[in-house]
Amino acid sequence: MARTDLARKLLLGALAVVFLGASGRSFYDHRHLREPVVMGPGVTRLTTLAEYNPTVRGTANDANIYVLEGREPGGTIFVFGGTHAEEPAGRLAAWLLVEHATVDRGRLIVALSANRSASTVTRPSAAYPATYTIPTAWGGQTFRMGDRFTNPLDQWPDPEVFIHYPSGQYLAYVDVRNLNRAFPGRPNGTLTERTTYAFMELIRREKVDVAIDLHEAELQYPVINTIVTHQKGQELATMISMTLTDLEGFNIGTEFSPVNLHGLTHREIGDHSEAVSLLFEAPEPFLDATRGRTNADVLLSGRDEFVVKAGRKGLLFAPIDEKGWPIATRVGRHTSSVAQTIDTWTEFNPDRPVAVKNIPRYAALVKHGVGHYLLDPGQAPRNRVAYE
Amino acid sequence: MITLQFVITLAYYALTAGAAALLLYSFVKAKSWDREVLYLIVLVPFLLRVFHLK
Repeated sequence: MARTDLARKLLLGALAVVFLGASGRSFYDHRHLREPVVMGPGVTRLTTLAEYNPTVRGTANDANIYVLEGREPGGTIFVFGGTHAEEPAGRLAAWLLVEHATVDRGRLIVALSANRSASTVTRPSAAYPATYTIPTAWGGQTFRMGDRFTNPLDQWPDPEVFIHYPSGQYLAYVDVRNLNRAFPGRPNGTLTERTTYAFMELIRREKVDVAIDLHEAELQYPVINTIVTHQKGQELATMISMTLTDLEGFNIGTEFSPVNLHGLTHREIGDHSEAVSLLFEAPEPFLDATRGRTNADVLLSGRDEFVVKAGRKGLLFAPIDEKGWPIATRVGRHTSSVAQTIDTWTEFNPDRPVAVKNIPRYAALVKHGVGHYLLDPGQAPRNRVAYE
Repeated sequence: MITLQFVITLAYYALTAGAAALLLYSFVKAKSWDREVLYLIVLVPFLLRVFHLK
C-alpha cells in the first residue's frame, strides 16, 4: 500500500472515529443521564421494583419505589408516573409528591419511572428532543425525554403479533413493549411483562387500595382530560371528577374501562388485585400528529399553531388556543387529581383512611410553575437524594 | 418466546459484528477515497449497534 493511500485511510478512519464517538456519545448520555430526586420529609423508605419480582433486578426497569408512611395506620395509595415515558406531566407530578408530600395516616407509594427503560430512548424517526430542562431558581433540572415503548436495547425483537398474557387477546406487535398493554404480566416473560408483574406484586403485597396511573394524551385522542376507571371505582371516580370540576377550576370527565380490552392498568390492576385502578389523562399537544416542530419548547409550553388550527377545524377532543397547555397546567391537573382521590377515598372508606399534606395543587402550579417546586439536590443531604 | 428472542438477539449481534468486520475489510482494501468514505459511513451505524449504543 502506498504511503499516500495509508495516510488517506488513517485520516478518513480518524474522522469516522470522531463521527462514531459524537453520535455514540449522544445516545450514551441520554441513556445514562442521572436525574436527581430529593426525597422530601415524607419519604420513609426507598426500595426498588426487584423487591417484588427479583427477575427485574439489574435491568433498566429496576425502578425506585418511594414509600411515604404516616404515623397512624390506614389505607394505601399507589401513584405511578412514566408508564409512557414520552408523557412528562405524569412523571413530574409523581416527582412533586416524592419531594413535598407528607403523610399523616396510611401510606402513599410512588414510582416515578414505571417503565424506566422507555425513558432511555426516544421515538425512532420522530425527532424527539433527548432531554428537556425545567427552569428553577437554582438553575434548572434536566430530565430524560422518553418513548411510549420499552427500549429495543432492553427487549427485542418484536413478534409479528403481540398475544397478551393471560387473555390471549391479539394486539399490535409493538405493544409487546408497551407497559400499558402488558399488565398483569408474568414473572419470567419479556422485560415489559416482568415489570408489570412486579407492579402487580407490589399492589398485592402492599395491599394497595387505589392505584393511580398518570398519563398524557394527544388532543386527537378521544380519551383525554378524564379519569378512566375500573368498574370497582366508578363511584369514587365520579365523585372525584365532580369535586375537581367544581372546586379546582378545571374540567375532568370520567370513563369506564372496557371489560374486554386487556393489558391496560385500569383493567388489569382492578381484575387481578383488590385495588381500585384509575388512570388520569392530561392533554399533551406535543404528541399530536398535526404538530409542527417537535422540540422541548413545544413539549413544555404545549403551544403549537398547527394543533390550534386542527382544533378550529373540529378535529380535536380537547380545547386548545394560542396559550396552549403548559406543563405546569398539566402537572397541576394530575397533582390535584391525586390529592382529591385521596380525600374522596378517605371520605368513602373511613376504615382505610389516608391523609396526605403538602401536595402542590393546580392553582399553585399554574401560578408558580413546576420549577418552583423542584428541590435543589445540591442543597439536600446526600442520603436524601435518589437517582432515576 | 423468551428463548427465541434471546437466540435472535444473539444472532443479530453476531451478524452485525460480521457485517462490520466485512465493511472494515472492504475499507482497507478499497483503492479510491470515495469508496473508502462510503464504507465508513455505512460502518458507523453497525458499530453503534455492536457497542449497544443504539
